[in-house]
Amino acid sequence: MGRAAEIERGAGLARYAPREAVRLATRTAAVDAVGLEERAAALGKRSIKREAKLFALDLAIRCMDLTTLEGVDTPGKVVAMCAKARRPDPSDPSIPPVAAVCIYPQLVPVAVRELRGSSVRVASVAGGFPVGLGPLEARLAEIRAAVEMGADEVDIVLNRSRLLAGDYAGAFEELARAREAAGEAHLKVILETGELGSYDRVRQAAVLAMAAGADFIKTSTGKIGVGATPASALCMMEAVRDFEAETGHRVGIKVAGGVRTAKQAVHYLVLIYETLGGAWMRPELFRIGASGLLNDVLMQIYKERTGRYQGPDYFTID
Amino acid sequence: MGKDEPARGSGGEQIRRREADLAEPGVRWDYAPARESREIVRLRERYDLFVGGRWLEPKTERTFTTIDPATEEPLAEVAEAGEEDVDLAVRAAAEAWEARWRDLPGRERAKYLYRIARALQERSREFAVLETLNNGKPIKESRDVDVPLAAAHFFYYAGWADKLEYAFPGRRPRPLGVAAQITPWNFPLLMCAWKLAPALATGNTAVLKPASTTPLTALLLAEVIQEADLPPGVVNVITGPGGRTGGWLAAHPAVAKVAFTGSTEIGKVLRRSLAGSGKRLTLELGGKAANIIFEDAPIDQAIEGIVNGIFFNQGEVCCAGSRLFVQESVAELVIAKLKARLSTLRVGDPLDKNTDIGAINNRAQLAKIQELVRSGIEEGAEIYQPECELPERGFWFRPTLFTNVAMSHRIAREEIFGPVLSILTFRTPEEAVEKANNTAYGLSAGIWTEKGSRILWMAERMKAGVVWANTFNRFDPSSPFGGYKESGFGREGGRHGLEPYLDLDGGAA
Repeated sequence: MGRAAEIERGAGLARYAPREAVRLATRTAAVDAVGLEERAAALGKRSIKREAKLFALDLAIRCMDLTTLEGVDTPGKVVAMCAKARRPDPSDPSIPPVAAVCIYPQLVPVAVRELRGSSVRVASVAGGFPVGLGPLEARLAEIRAAVEMGADEVDIVLNRSRLLAGDYAGAFEELARAREAAGEAHLKVILETGELGSYDRVRQAAVLAMAAGADFIKTSTGKIGVGATPASALCMMEAVRDFEAETGHRVGIKVAGGVRTAKQAVHYLVLIYETLGGAWMRPELFRIGASGLLNDVLMQIYKERTGRYQGPDYFTID
Repeated sequence: MGKDEPARGSGGEQIRRREADLAEPGVRWDYAPARESREIVRLRERYDLFVGGRWLEPKTERTFTTIDPATEEPLAEVAEAGEEDVDLAVRAAAEAWEARWRDLPGRERAKYLYRIARALQERSREFAVLETLNNGKPIKESRDVDVPLAAAHFFYYAGWADKLEYAFPGRRPRPLGVAAQITPWNFPLLMCAWKLAPALATGNTAVLKPASTTPLTALLLAEVIQEADLPPGVVNVITGPGGRTGGWLAAHPAVAKVAFTGSTEIGKVLRRSLAGSGKRLTLELGGKAANIIFEDAPIDQAIEGIVNGIFFNQGEVCCAGSRLFVQESVAELVIAKLKARLSTLRVGDPLDKNTDIGAINNRAQLAKIQELVRSGIEEGAEIYQPECELPERGFWFRPTLFTNVAMSHRIAREEIFGPVLSILTFRTPEEAVEKANNTAYGLSAGIWTEKGSRILWMAERMKAGVVWANTFNRFDPSSPFGGYKESGFGREGGRHGLEPYLDLDGGAA
């Protein structure tokens, strides 16, 4: 492996030719589940206090993809969420805006309008989210449409059906086509780790997605019972670390699904800091996708600053 | 990153520019100090001897100072037992055995063991902080490993106390009498539990002598034992220098059994001195364990296993994985990953909850580590140590790797008992077995491979009392632990751990 094996990009945006990508993915190092889970849990025991905690909470906001992905999402809901994204706490200008909002394609124009002039980016799920088993052309068309409507970032899903059937080349091909369809938009590939059955598969899926040119790999859709877990995130971080060592490409990590508390967010930050280092501690390379996390982070910031907790009604619901 | 900002060029160009931006080194996140409070520990100014259920001043009228190795600050004065004190303690134990313990039903003995176990859990934070203060190990280890495991040993052996006939069907297990138990400084409380729990469960009484640099948790355990209302004299704790006090204790004619954990050097002295005395002896001594990484191993988890194997408890572990054997085809990768991982280890204040590596227990041990590391450099091995600041006072040593190590180097043969790893390579499983077994010791070994059949093939051939597969330094009270060759004999833990404290054919009764 190494840079020599990398194909010239030319017209395609994939980082590797399909055969090379499949070879990389199927020759990943084995993962020992017991050891991985132990390490992930051990890093959850780091005691992050005072200024170190405030730094983490501020970073958690700056790395947050504020998300709503429901059938009942309306322009009104998205307008409110965008306001929260720009100014998480209207009474406190020291609280930074979040990294992005994450929504369905139909609502992209609303978000684009609401976020104009701010640093908050618009991320759209696309490509047949959350399952990704519709016709490929339709899924690619959805990705292109989201980008045309102004999405800066696109969150797509890996075809788990192809991967689990052993059709690595097929799964890769779809990702490479999605990469092209997304063009210059930031591409996040959701592996849906809760459906892959083993950490070995998580690692294979991560390598396939990175080889196809993903800017980020993302744990979960949030649409099945299992979301991000510290161990699955750590497994992906280790894959990212090896990918950088082998190819020089830095790929981002997004954890999503079930991240509701500041404590969980800090745990993921510790995982990324002690696995990938300080370079990943920024929104360009780390994101947390969540709908309910922001208020808990705000609550913890006030607690840390004042020594007292405030009631939930002091934080706006959007 | 504003929305109006992106200049729309060709996609490829855009991605390349973004990746250039991503090459920045990034932030440094300093974890704020997270110090466990030592308020919970109420140190006495001076500790006496615990003999016959009471605290006695030593006849020697002498004390010695015990310190915090992380700061060299004195913690307390501790009684120095003389020959007369040792005699008092052994006689108290012998009297208690005959009058109050030998014939007590097993379920009654179990009751006391359960009480001790529960008290250890209830006072776990106090024990953890005191252990860290007196030993120098990180609080996360004393809190998550030493104290919970010590309680688990008492719980486990409490369960055996009324089932000894079932443990040895067709035999007539009877206790031996007074057990002299001498423990080391690396796991002060845990080793007391390993010694006391099986001895008491089987109906023996004990005179325990903790290591002279780390007596405080053993003395706190004596307090707990007193509060648990254990009949007086069943457990006695005496303190003093290893050579003299320990020597008198082992040599006492009323002692029926000697259990020692410590250095091979002292183990040999003890074995010679006890030859022909009729006393039972178990020795748990040094080690130079092989941790063997095959090319198909789960590499990232193996890295954690290597780190845990040699840096857990600053490497002051008799079963530490101090010789790393890596299959040559992955040696470069493993060494690179290991070096990167070393830079994330947090060395410093043992009471800080985020500390990974604490202080070396005592000055003599630090000097021994320094001497062996010097020999490694002189013999031509290549040293690697990560950058890290060390506190000015106290006994500290950086986590250290040696590459280009030959089997003939002292650092590959002698037990260092510190955070120093010697890395060697092998080509075939046969060679791994041959090199791993080519040592005077035989306490433990680790095997890392995804191939189940190879684990079994290797385990069969390892001359080591414990063989771990895809893990390292994992302990459980139900699992026997002990060595081959110069690592000693006898097993502690599990059903096997009952045997050294029993006359299985009822002769002693």
